Amino acid sequence: MTTLFTSDHEWLRIEGDVATIGITDYAQSQLGDVVFVELPKVGRSLKKAEAAAVVESVKAASDVYAPISGDVLEVNDAIVAEPALVNSDAAGKAWFFKVKIANTSELGGLMDEAAYRAHTA
Amino acid sequence: MLARDDESPPKRTPLHALHLSLGARMVPFAGYEMPVQYATGVLREHQHTRASAGLFDVSHMGQIALRARSGAGADAAKTAASALERLVPQDMVAVAPGRQRYAQFTNESGGILDDLMVANFGDHLFLVVNAACKDADEAHLRRHLSDTCQIEPLADRALLALQGPRAEQVLAKFCAEAPGMRFMDAGPHKVAGLDCFVSRSGYTGEDGFEISVPAEHAEQLAERLLADGEVLPIGLGARDSLRLEAGLCLYGHDIDTSTTPVEAKLEWSIQKSRRNGGARAGGFFGAEKILAQLQEGAPRRRVGLKPDGRAPVREGAALFADSTASEPIGKVTSGGFGPSLNAPVAMGYLPKSLSAAGTQVFAEVRGQRLPLKVAATPFVPNTYKR
Repeated sequence: MTTLFTSDHEWLRIEGDVATIGITDYAQSQLGDVVFVELPKVGRSLKKAEAAAVVESVKAASDVYAPISGDVLEVNDAIVAEPALVNSDAAGKAWFFKVKIANTSELGGLMDEAAYRAHTA
Repeated sequence: MLARDDESPPKRTPLHALHLSLGARMVPFAGYEMPVQYATGVLREHQHTRASAGLFDVSHMGQIALRARSGAGADAAKTAASALERLVPQDMVAVAPGRQRYAQFTNESGGILDDLMVANFGDHLFLVVNAACKDADEAHLRRHLSDTCQIEPLADRALLALQGPRAEQVLAKFCAEAPGMRFMDAGPHKVAGLDCFVSRSGYTGEDGFEISVPAEHAEQLAERLLADGEVLPIGLGARDSLRLEAGLCLYGHDIDTSTTPVEAKLEWSIQKSRRNGGARAGGFFGAEKILAQLQEGAPRRRVGLKPDGRAPVREGAALFADSTASEPIGKVTSGGFGPSLNAPVAMGYLPKSLSAAGTQVFAEVRGQRLPLKVAATPFVPNTYKR
């Protein structure tokens, strides 16, 4: 199992041909209190860099972009019911959605944890 | 490389260092560097203000003394009030010493140049105006009132707001007169021994006070208020969600030069004496249009809006009469999440025919039409001590 990161502050946990995607703890701290989450429909075919989900704080709405291409396999309804989970456990229970990785070469452009830490430092 | 001097750096309030020490996230706002939130976070800052007491730095706002060039005492205040009536549709002469009133500067077409608070301090008037408008307001006052009045911007004063159900008990420890004040009372009082101007008013829908304090003592006063266990510092983020739940307009968003006071549903603030048939009817900029709208109604109205779903509907979202209509009928001017309601809330403008409470309309958000209902404001009942 590998965890990769994007410069847009998303994380991807890679297990076989499935990627679980969420936003980083840094991202949630920048957003502030999350009050609304909208997730993609299961089965939707996401293209890399298209808007896939929405996360809203009291003040503002932010898009979550698909970090890689792939079909949506599963979404986390727990964060729709309880958006504050995104603040309390961004890297764990508050995952957003899972995709079937369409093109493993897209993983090459992502950062490992050390590189991401340097990016947010 | 050449230095650029066309973008002046943001100004700082006298509480800047205190904000940083309290862990504030600073953002540019109306030419100032202001705290949008502290470590507590917008949601809890909002809830704390409704449950206890919150301290806001609103020193970016403009404070102006308006004094008559001749006369003394109550006569001088009345002269200044009469002069000010040329610029606002409100009855200023009737504002008694020690009282404050909400007003709007209007333009020739009936639009709103700014909204403001005007207090009668016995021998002169004290005005509080919006930060983004204060230079233009000052110029407007000078242009039209210099014949009879002196316009003195009080740039050496900070402004603090202490808001919430515990505000009175907190301020009473520093200002013996505070508990005796009622909503919209205003005047010079000692607070912690300092020469302050205190009003029982605010921008949250809660009971509370605004305290104008000499800039050099502002940090000291803020620290003493914050030392009270009931008081937390509150940023602009919660200030916005609190005023939105209270149904209060934000200048530059819900009201501006394109909206009249009647369209903005602020006719409650225009007294009979300035309306047709009143003792001093008209005589302010845009009177023809505003007085006609008071009699005949305005073609569009500011309304409260409650989305049916959980998704916030934000400023700028177009409003439609139904889910398929191609032409928008209005737009959202403020919108977000109301922490006390645990639901999204918004305000916007709709044609008069669609402005009744309960009317269903649709907002376009990310390509989808979301249903909303016109709702009465305030969304959260206010708790003013009248």
